[in-house]
Order: sequence, then C-alpha cells, then structure tokens
Amino acid sequence: MSSGAHNLEKDIKKYKKIYFALLIFTVVTVLAAKFHLAVHLAIILALIIATFKASLVASFFMHLATERPVIYWLLIFTGFFFISMLLLIYVSHYSIYEGLHHVP
Amino acid sequence: MDVIPYTVEERKDTGVFNAKLGIWLFLASEVMLFGALFSTYVILRIGAEHWPHGASLLNVPIGTFNTAVLITSSVTMVFSWTSLKENNFARFKNFLGITILLALLFLVVKSFEYGAKFEHHHFPKESTFLAIYFTLTGLHALHIIGGIVVLTYFWGPGSKMWETQADRFTNRIEIVGLYWHFVDLVWIFLFPILYLL
Repeated sequence: MSSGAHNLEKDIKKYKKIYFALLIFTVVTVLAAKFHLAVHLAIILALIIATFKASLVASFFMHLATERPVIYWLLIFTGFFFISMLLLIYVSHYSIYEGLHHVP
Repeated sequence: MDVIPYTVEERKDTGVFNAKLGIWLFLASEVMLFGALFSTYVILRIGAEHWPHGASLLNVPIGTFNTAVLITSSVTMVFSWTSLKENNFARFKNFLGITILLALLFLVVKSFEYGAKFEHHHFPKESTFLAIYFTLTGLHALHIIGGIVVLTYFWGPGSKMWETQADRFTNRIEIVGLYWHFVDLVWIFLFPILYLL
C-alpha cells in the first residue's frame, strides 16, 4: 500500500471519530441547557461547546489544520474585521452616561 | 492552453490552487455577512428588557435532529471527496447523493418548523426574537438551497469532468465541500443561540 493511500485511510478513520465527537457534543449542548444555569453561564458554556465543535469542523473537515499560510493570513484579517464590526456596533449603542440603549 | 491557470497545480506565490484561495475569500465575506447578523442578535438581546427562552418558542428535539442531519451531511461530503482521492467514482456518487438527500431532509424539517410557527401566528413581526430567528435561519436555509443546486450539478452533469480532468474535478469537490462545511459551521452556532438560550 502506498503511503498516500495509507494516509487517506488514517484520515477517513479520523473523520469518523470527529463525526461521533460532533454528535456527542451536540447532545452535551442540549443536556447542558436542561440544567437551567444562570443566563450568562449558559451562554458562555454553549458558546464554548459550539466553538469547540466549529474548530473540529474547520480544522479537519475544512483541512485548516494543515492549510497554507496564505489562508491563515486571510482568516486573521477576517477575524480582525469581524471583531472590529462587533465592537463598532456595540460602541454605537453604548452611552457612558446611560449604559446600553434598550431596544423597544 | 488552459484558459484559467492553476486549477490543479499550486501557485508558487500563494501555495494553493486558485479556486481554493477564491473560495476562502468568499467564505471570508460570508463570515462578515453572518457576523453582522450575529452582532445584531447580541445587541438586540443585550438591549431587550425581556428575551424569551428559545425552548419556549422553538422545538428543541427537531432542532437537535436537524443539527445531526447537517453534521452527517458534512461527513458524507468529506467522504465523497476522499472517494475521489481513492479513484472510486461510484462511491463518490453515493456519498454526494446522500449529502444532497440530507440537505433536502434538513429543508423539509425546517419547512415543517416554519409551518408550525405560522399556524400559531408566530411571524417575524410579532417579536424581536422571532424577527432575528426568521432572518438568521432563513438566510441559512438560502445557503442550503444554494449548496443543493451546486452539489446536484456536480453529482449530475458536472461530474463528466471526472473522465477528462480527474484532478481538477477532485479539487472542485474539495471547494464545494469547504462551502458546505461552512454552512454546517454556521448552524453549529445558530442552534444553541436560538434554540437553547
């Protein structure tokens, strides 16, 4: 068997493991919501699990774990602009004197 | 001469073939599109005096089922690509066919969910929660529809390229796979913030 075919076989096994991990963590997310944690704790926990699941998809299914530097740079740029947008939207709604404006 | 260069071989300056850089640039724009809507969700939720718990309005078991459907479609998508890498075209067709069917199943389930909401007069205009719910899931569903169109093309007429340019076709499947995994990735965040929090 060639090393390429061997690597592919290893990759397929890895994809299966990741698939089961994603399903298990989906169930964990649903079960965690049943504990009725305080809202901020529930949001943090759900986002941590979702980020972990997303990183599995991005790293292995989307091959980011072994991608070229140009793609990493592109994503770093994207991340920078995404966070800037998030902060700009937040700042535009925030008043030093009144706090966050309430949405009717 | 190839009209479009670097469809198979990697460019020396970028280290990737052109379509891969292209799809990642497209996905970067998608991050900004969904990112803007996620930011909107955050600002609406923080600013609202009352925010309903997702589970009080939405069906969590159905949402969980649809999450599993989309995750499964992601893994069948990646297996369709590995099938081409193994020169197994018949298996590629099977896995891509399953991916398309799972995508359709996701849409059918979503349409039943929407139907149930409309029956109870839960329209986007009724509340801020429902407005952002329909906007986010509707935009996501449009991406699923777009994905189905492209996947069906590669399952059907587009697959003829395999006979003449196998490497280029394999790269095309990798590219459409990247898009499909991104659609899955967006749902991984949508599901907990809308259904569980």
